[in-house]
Amino acid sequence: MVDRAKPIVSVRELAVEFHQHTGTVRALEAVSLDLYPGRVLGVVGESGCGKSVTARAMLRILDRNGAITAGRVTLDPGTPEEQELTALPSEGRAIRAVRGGRIGLIFQEPMAALSMQYTVGNQMMEAIRAHRDPGKDAARKRAIALLHEVGIPRPETRVDAYPFQLSGGLRQRVGIALALAAEPDVLIADEPTTALDVTTQAQILALLRRLQRDKRIALMLITHDMGVIAQMADDVAVMYLGRIIEFAPVRELFRFPRHPYTRALLRSVPDLDATPRQRLATIGGAVPQPGSRPPIGCPFHPRCPEIIQGRCDVAIPAPVPPGEAGASCFRLEDAVA
Amino acid sequence: MNVLEVRGLSKHFPIVAGMMRREAGRVRAADDVNFAIKSGETLALVGESGCGKTTVARCILRALRPTSGEIRFSPEDGRVVDLAPLSRSQLRPLRRHIQLIFQDPYASLNPRMMVGDIITEPLVVNGVPAAERQVRLLELLDLVGLPAAARTRFPHAFSGGQRQRIGIARALALNPRLIVADEPVSALDVSVQAQIINLLLDLQDRLGLSMLFVAHDLGVVRHVSDRVAVMYVGRIVEVAPTIDLYATPRHPYTRALLAAVPKADPEARDAVTAPRGEVADPANPPPGCAFHPRCPFAIDRCRVDRPELVEVAPGHLSSCFRASDSALLA
Repeated sequence: MVDRAKPIVSVRELAVEFHQHTGTVRALEAVSLDLYPGRVLGVVGESGCGKSVTARAMLRILDRNGAITAGRVTLDPGTPEEQELTALPSEGRAIRAVRGGRIGLIFQEPMAALSMQYTVGNQMMEAIRAHRDPGKDAARKRAIALLHEVGIPRPETRVDAYPFQLSGGLRQRVGIALALAAEPDVLIADEPTTALDVTTQAQILALLRRLQRDKRIALMLITHDMGVIAQMADDVAVMYLGRIIEFAPVRELFRFPRHPYTRALLRSVPDLDATPRQRLATIGGAVPQPGSRPPIGCPFHPRCPEIIQGRCDVAIPAPVPPGEAGASCFRLEDAVA
Repeated sequence: MNVLEVRGLSKHFPIVAGMMRREAGRVRAADDVNFAIKSGETLALVGESGCGKTTVARCILRALRPTSGEIRFSPEDGRVVDLAPLSRSQLRPLRRHIQLIFQDPYASLNPRMMVGDIITEPLVVNGVPAAERQVRLLELLDLVGLPAAARTRFPHAFSGGQRQRIGIARALALNPRLIVADEPVSALDVSVQAQIINLLLDLQDRLGLSMLFVAHDLGVVRHVSDRVAVMYVGRIVEVAPTIDLYATPRHPYTRALLAAVPKADPEARDAVTAPRGEVADPANPPPGCAFHPRCPFAIDRCRVDRPELVEVAPGHLSSCFRASDSALLA
C-alpha cells in the first residue's frame, strides 16, 4: 500500500489568466492535485484543457502574458522544508533550485531543452554542477553514467555528440537524462512521447516507468493519449477547459468513468480490436477556442449529451475534492443526494 | 478493377558531398514498392517516420518523379496511364482525377479565401460554369457536414475538425477517382478525430471512394481501411486484408508495431512491448532483411538474403523467411 498521506507536491485552487489583445483568458480555474513519491499522476485532456499550463504554472515558467491569480503550489507540504513555490519570485536562485533541481522537466520536443551549440556532455555537466558540484571529472563520469542509465548505447562516445547528431528517440533519452541530472524527487513530463514513433514511444515509456519505480520519483505525466494514460498512470486527472473535471485511480477511471466527457473521450479512442469500417462514438462540436468559451455554466455543457437544462448551463458544479475519486458534474451530485 | 497499380516503384535521393557535389550515396526512400488499389477500396500505407510512406504518396501524386517503376492509374473505366514518365503538361489533364487530403488543416487552406472559393477553386480551374459551381458547392458542404453559411466565411473562423471538412470537400469537388489522404486525422483532438474518421467512413459508403490512406496510427487505420500495407525502410514488408493483418500478422515488424501501441486498457499493461534498437538508416540499410538487427526471430539467412514479398495466405503477402513458421504465428 502506497503512503498516500504525504504528498511531495500539493497544488490547491490554482488559477491562471492570460492577457491577450482580444481580452483576458482564464486558462486555469481551481485546479487542485497532489503528487506522491513513487506514484504516477496522469493528466489527460484535449488541446486547450490547461494540462501544460498547470505544469508551467507549477514551475513558474508561464509565458510573460500569463499570471497566477489565485491558489498555491507547495513543495514538501507539512514538513520543516515546506516551500510555497507560488510565493517565490519567478526568477532567481530559490526557484531555480526547485526547477531542474527538486523538480525535473521533460518536454515533448527534447530540442526545446537542449542547445544545438553544446555537446550532450557539456549540457549535462552544467546541469549536474549547477545543483551539486562534484567537480568537472566527476560530473563527466556522472553524465556518462546517466546516459547509460537511460539506455543510450556507447555513452562514452555519445557524451561528446551534439544533439542534432542523434535520432529523435535518443534525443528524448538525453532529455530524460538531463532531467535526472540533479536527482529530482519529482518529474513533470509534458507529452514526452507525442513526437515519437510508436515503437520508440514504447521504449521511452518503459524507460520512464523503470526510472520512476526504481527512484521512487513522483511523476506527473501530461498527455492527450488515453492509451499512454492506461499504460502508465496510477491516478488520473481529466481536464477540460482549465478545470479538473474528474479524478480517479486508473482502473476505476477506465472501468467506471463518471463524467460524461470522460465517458465520451474513452469511447472515441480508435480501437485495435474494431471491426472494419466500425464507426466511433463522437462528441458533438469541438473544444471551443480560448475567446469563445461558455461564459457561464459547466464548461462542457454545450457539448454534453446529458445536460440538465436550466442547471448545467447556469451554474458550475463543485470541483473534485483533492485526493478523492469523483467528477465535477451535477448528475453525480444528484445521484449522491 | 484496379484504380491504381504501382509496380516496382523506387525513389532514391542522392546524398551529395564535397565541393564537386558528387554523389556520395543514396537514400533509398522507396525501393521496389508494389501494390494495387481496387475501385472502392481503401488501402492504408503504414509505418514509422522515414519508412517511405509519404515518398510513395508523393510519387503517386507526381510531386516527385520516381527513380524507376510504373504508376499505372486508371482515370476512367477501360483506360490505364503510366504516370511515372509523364511531363508536367502531360500530367495536367490527369491531375483532377487524383486529389489530396492534407495532414495539417491549418496550413493547407488559404486564409485569405472564403471557404466557398476554396472548395470551388478546383471547379474554376477545370472550367465548370458558375451556376453549376454553386449547386455543387452546396452539395459538397452538405456532404461533409458543414452549414451552407460556411461558404462566405474565412478559414480562421473554423476549428481544426471543421477545417479538415473543408479540405475534404475541396478534395471531393471534382469527383476524383482516387483520394490520397496523408495523415488526415493525426493533427486533430481525439474527439474531433473520431468525427472525421466517421465522415470518411460515410463518404466511402456513399461515394464508393478509392483511397490511399497514409498513416502511422494503427488504431485509426483499423477503422478506415480494407487492406493495409506495412512499410519498413523503404520497402513493403507485409500486405493483408485489415482483419487478417491485425489478427495474424505474418511479419515480425508488423507484430512489433502492433505490440508497441499503448492500449487504452489499464488491465493490458503487460501486453505492450517495445522492440529493441532503432529504425535502420535508409541511406545505409543493413544487408539481408532490413529488420534483422531488431528481429527476435532472425536466423542466419536473414542477415544475408533479402526476403521477397510473397503470398503466404490468400491475399496476405509477407517478406519474411519465417512467415509460415509456427514460432512467428504463435
